[in-house]
Amino acid sequence: MNYIVSKPELKVVGTRPVRPDGVDKVTGRAQFGADMVLPGMLWGKVLRSPHAHARILGIDTSKAEKLPGVKAVVTAKDFPDIASEEAFVGEGPMNFRDLSRNCMARDKALYEGHAVAAVAAISQSVADAALALIDVTYEVLPHVIDVEEAMRPDAPILHEDLFTQGVEPKPTKPSNIAKRLHFKKGDVAAGFREAEVIVEGRYTTQPVHQAYIEPHAALCAVAADGQAQIYSSSQGQFMVRAYCAKLLGWDIANIRAVPLEIGGGFGGKTLVYLEPLALALSKKSGRPVKIVMTREEVFRASGPTSGAVVEVKIGARKDGTIVAAQQVLKYQAGAFPGSPVGPGCMCGFAMYDLPNVEVEGFDVVSNRPKVAAYRAPGAPISSWAVESALDELARKLEMDPIALREKNAVRDGSKTHYGPSFRDIGFLETIRAARAHPHYTAPLGKNQGRGVACGFWFNIGGESSAAVHINEDGTATVVSGNPDIGGSRASMAMMAAEVLGIPVEKVRPIVGDTASIGFTHLTGGSRVTFATGMAVTQAAEKVVEQLKARAAQIWEIPAEAVEWKDGAAYPAGSNAGGFEPLSLADIALKAARTGGPISSEVSLNAQGAGPGFGCHICDVEVDPETGAVKILRYTAVQDVGKAIHPAYVEGQIQGGAAQGIGWALNEEYIYDSQGRMENPGFLDYRVPVASDLPRIEAVLVEVPNPRHPFGARGVGEVPIVPPMAAVGNAIRAATGLRLRDLPMSPPKVRAALDAARK
Amino acid sequence: MPALNYAAPTTVKEAVALLAGASGTAKVLSGGTDLLVQLRSGRVRPDLIVDTKRIPGLIGISEESGAFVIGAATPGAVVEAHEGLKRAFPGVVEAMDLIGSQQIQGRATLAGNLCNASPAADSVPAMIAAGAIAVIAGPNGQREVPVEQIPTGPGRTSLGRGEFIVAFRLQKPAPRTGDAYLRFIPRTEMDIAVVGCGVSLTLDAGGKIIAARVCLGAVAPTPVLAPEAAAALVGSTLDEAALAKLDRAAQSVCKPINDKRGTIEYRTKVAGVLARRTAAIAYERAKARG
Amino acid sequence: MSKHHVTTTINGEPVEFLCETQETMLDVLRNTLNLTGSKEGCASGDCGACSVICDGKLVCSCLMLGVEAEGRSIVTVEGVAEGDTLHPVQRKFLEHAALQCGFCTPGLIVASKALLDENPNPTEEEARYWLAGNLCRCTGYDKIIAAVLDAAAEMRGERSAA
Repeated sequence: MNYIVSKPELKVVGTRPVRPDGVDKVTGRAQFGADMVLPGMLWGKVLRSPHAHARILGIDTSKAEKLPGVKAVVTAKDFPDIASEEAFVGEGPMNFRDLSRNCMARDKALYEGHAVAAVAAISQSVADAALALIDVTYEVLPHVIDVEEAMRPDAPILHEDLFTQGVEPKPTKPSNIAKRLHFKKGDVAAGFREAEVIVEGRYTTQPVHQAYIEPHAALCAVAADGQAQIYSSSQGQFMVRAYCAKLLGWDIANIRAVPLEIGGGFGGKTLVYLEPLALALSKKSGRPVKIVMTREEVFRASGPTSGAVVEVKIGARKDGTIVAAQQVLKYQAGAFPGSPVGPGCMCGFAMYDLPNVEVEGFDVVSNRPKVAAYRAPGAPISSWAVESALDELARKLEMDPIALREKNAVRDGSKTHYGPSFRDIGFLETIRAARAHPHYTAPLGKNQGRGVACGFWFNIGGESSAAVHINEDGTATVVSGNPDIGGSRASMAMMAAEVLGIPVEKVRPIVGDTASIGFTHLTGGSRVTFATGMAVTQAAEKVVEQLKARAAQIWEIPAEAVEWKDGAAYPAGSNAGGFEPLSLADIALKAARTGGPISSEVSLNAQGAGPGFGCHICDVEVDPETGAVKILRYTAVQDVGKAIHPAYVEGQIQGGAAQGIGWALNEEYIYDSQGRMENPGFLDYRVPVASDLPRIEAVLVEVPNPRHPFGARGVGEVPIVPPMAAVGNAIRAATGLRLRDLPMSPPKVRAALDAARK
Repeated sequence: MPALNYAAPTTVKEAVALLAGASGTAKVLSGGTDLLVQLRSGRVRPDLIVDTKRIPGLIGISEESGAFVIGAATPGAVVEAHEGLKRAFPGVVEAMDLIGSQQIQGRATLAGNLCNASPAADSVPAMIAAGAIAVIAGPNGQREVPVEQIPTGPGRTSLGRGEFIVAFRLQKPAPRTGDAYLRFIPRTEMDIAVVGCGVSLTLDAGGKIIAARVCLGAVAPTPVLAPEAAAALVGSTLDEAALAKLDRAAQSVCKPINDKRGTIEYRTKVAGVLARRTAAIAYERAKARG
Repeated sequence: MSKHHVTTTINGEPVEFLCETQETMLDVLRNTLNLTGSKEGCASGDCGACSVICDGKLVCSCLMLGVEAEGRSIVTVEGVAEGDTLHPVQRKFLEHAALQCGFCTPGLIVASKALLDENPNPTEEEARYWLAGNLCRCTGYDKIIAAVLDAAAEMRGERSAA
């Protein structure tokens, strides 16, 4: 059923109930990755390369193995040597051979922090002592960490078998450029000739980390018959199971992955680091093994997202019509190919209906940790350049920045430069709502400025399973397979409650493990409310059909003569008979006598995810003597389709905006000359703290996505796309200066001001 | 790791004996907000930790002979709650208050901040500007030194083996004296100072500066008490010309490094900016005490 | 090496435990006492996820040795509610949806309780600076601040319990 079309009065969807897992979370009862214990548990620790690039000539673990209290030691030889194979289980493509080598180095250490061995021991201090006893012989090699330096023909090569894809003729010399992408629509050369105003610029970003507060943690137990249990915090227990099965060469059925609560992911937990190691150690030792990363390990050995160089050129007519747009994106992937340059190529111009577009992208490896997805992967970097350039264009044209975007905005039917056409989107509604917001015209003072920027993300659907069980007392249990990162299980309960017609407090949502629910793609791509919500809704609808059939049986009337309303079965019209309504609880009580348990499980591959658009307004104040930038006011407007639980939708928008602000102002990886990270901690990796931010107003625009029963669109990723340019454009307004290199930290701002004064 | 021993002596004499007699290295634990981080990272590997918090008098603030006496292990939160100290030395108190988060304030101490000897320690420039004296106990008895003589380099102090600070003395200020501390950090909280500045000014009845102490932090291996910066102010009423002189003088004593928290050029410029801003606050406070 | 025998009070109850010198209070809470509500986010006092109240002062338990707990009184997140009655701060966090992943929440609950114990009428700025030592990566702090200020108002009697 499509609730948007039929427009019933919604009783649960759109309200703000307390989330069902909330009490556990505010009392400390909720179990996260490092909280789980098992009898006989050992502690695991990982030995990591101190070198950014080195050949591993030998590893001698004999002394570590002899240390009393050490029960197992593993290196690459304890893992199968996997052939190159692409998989689509996680967020974006993954090469299993690369993933295996990222979890445990084979032949080469490719970044400082790369795992080279792991131990399991009876205590953390014995495990630490064991690491110190492992002798690794390295041949240190020259390293490269900058993306353009890595692209040079004379750069140190990370992989002798990596040849650039996407160029003709096929290269014979290995390169750090893994792939070249090229998108073309129309004729940009002609477009630029026609343009009356042109802006261009070179924009750079530094790698930033997702910086979830919970470090990676896994507890694995392998029995003597090879059956394995994994308890970990991840964005997808089916992904964990699939990756571990592949990396260890085990049958998937022998692995049960249990999702513990997850303390933040943002894409950084859509792959595995510790689970395969803990499994191997557990198999070897015969005991459960728990491994938890320290914060330093999280920074040195997981995530981050790419640092990049983006060149952008945009040409327009004097009336603001953009006639040509060009972009070259160079993203670094870290030690193995797979940066999000593809989405970056697609997203920058996606919001605008452009006749002539050319985008070229490069995926480049470098001696840094392998990049992992980070909230709308690739898009924030691309939009940092495009939205800043559009701001310059608006100034040159003496046009209001929102009016410029409105003139070129995509609408229903607009065709993108990467292929698909948009349907039922809310970009115009979003930017018009931003323009109408009082923030847009609020007065500003000295050294203050306002910036506007927009953002886009595709959002995905994909495979989800959900089960709705009616319990004997008329309450319901909803089982689904997505780790709850931001309150999604509340929305699952709400959608089921809406369909069943019972109060949401009577519906208990559970996140099931891999043995307890059908296959479900991970929590990512802003897909859970859309795709898993769709599965939950369909399962609840199937249950309603069963409930109606049971009522029909009890009343001895045809099933078509029963209707379901407000949680009860009614005879449909007076002809059906004058029966008193049967509530869900009434029917549940009689379930055994009318045919057995009432439940339904639905597995689907959800199509039709609606893309999301956002428009942010940011006010800053710049201290001209120190270069410090203070965010005074922030408004984030976004088309959310239909907010199932508005508070958690607002939360996604506020959180994404805060991450984008951190990316804009202070977050970056700082390296020394040896390619080692100098700031692997929260002291010097500077995420925003509570006093850095003002209230963030989230404005929900609802243009329903007709392909979801309640109209939902993905919301979680769009909000991180606009902030960097919104802040940069505000700094431009406050100081007259365009900064093009992130982060826009105080020394950079002060240096730009000094240079301008000369 | 080899066994790490821990002792919590209940007298100064006992503590001195433990520190002096330790085979290997002994480290004093008061708040632990630097020590525990360094223990965990392996930067320090002591054999003995001597916890001074159980010694009577090490925690608490009293007044004797016209001075505030601050026990060395007094946590920042207690320092900041002392109304008398806040009125007399708002700069010292605000400097201590800036260290870390509220959680850090529950434990961190003036002695720890000083003896950890980070060039960027927040409380130290303010303590130096205020003329604080460190009271040190050791195998040869007690001695007192001005705080600026304690740090000798990054992570190094002039304390001898077996010595530790038991208290700080801050002589109550002369009339029309005001102090202030400012630091620059990239965020609004939680950062190590890129530059810190402590200023104390004493005025005459007409508002002319008759005494000044200006101390800069994070711009040299140790906090820098800058007589040339003070000289730029003495005799003035903090007019624009004096402020400009102060700015230049502050910049001239900077010997900073490039590191992940700031560049030489940036730190030097901001030192001048902070000196001006800090002096202005100290001046207003001094005037209000007229 | 022999361990220290520590006698202390946690959430109002007398507790005894053994620990090595280098074990922090956080290690002891989580690994020895199975009080896993306090979290390790950084082990260096920069994130506040391990916040507890020790002798009335808000501290990071990762920056305190377990042996220092001797004779002291510690309140963890597990001790904030009274039985099944949530503290107003806990209720307001739920009402305002001031948590998403929930990992920073225990530290924030303890820190917010400590704030309101000391200052029943904080301004927004005071609340933000007090809580600056508690990192949250999910919420942008907006609903957290709203919840804390609303809890403060309720505790001052300006609003009735929801």
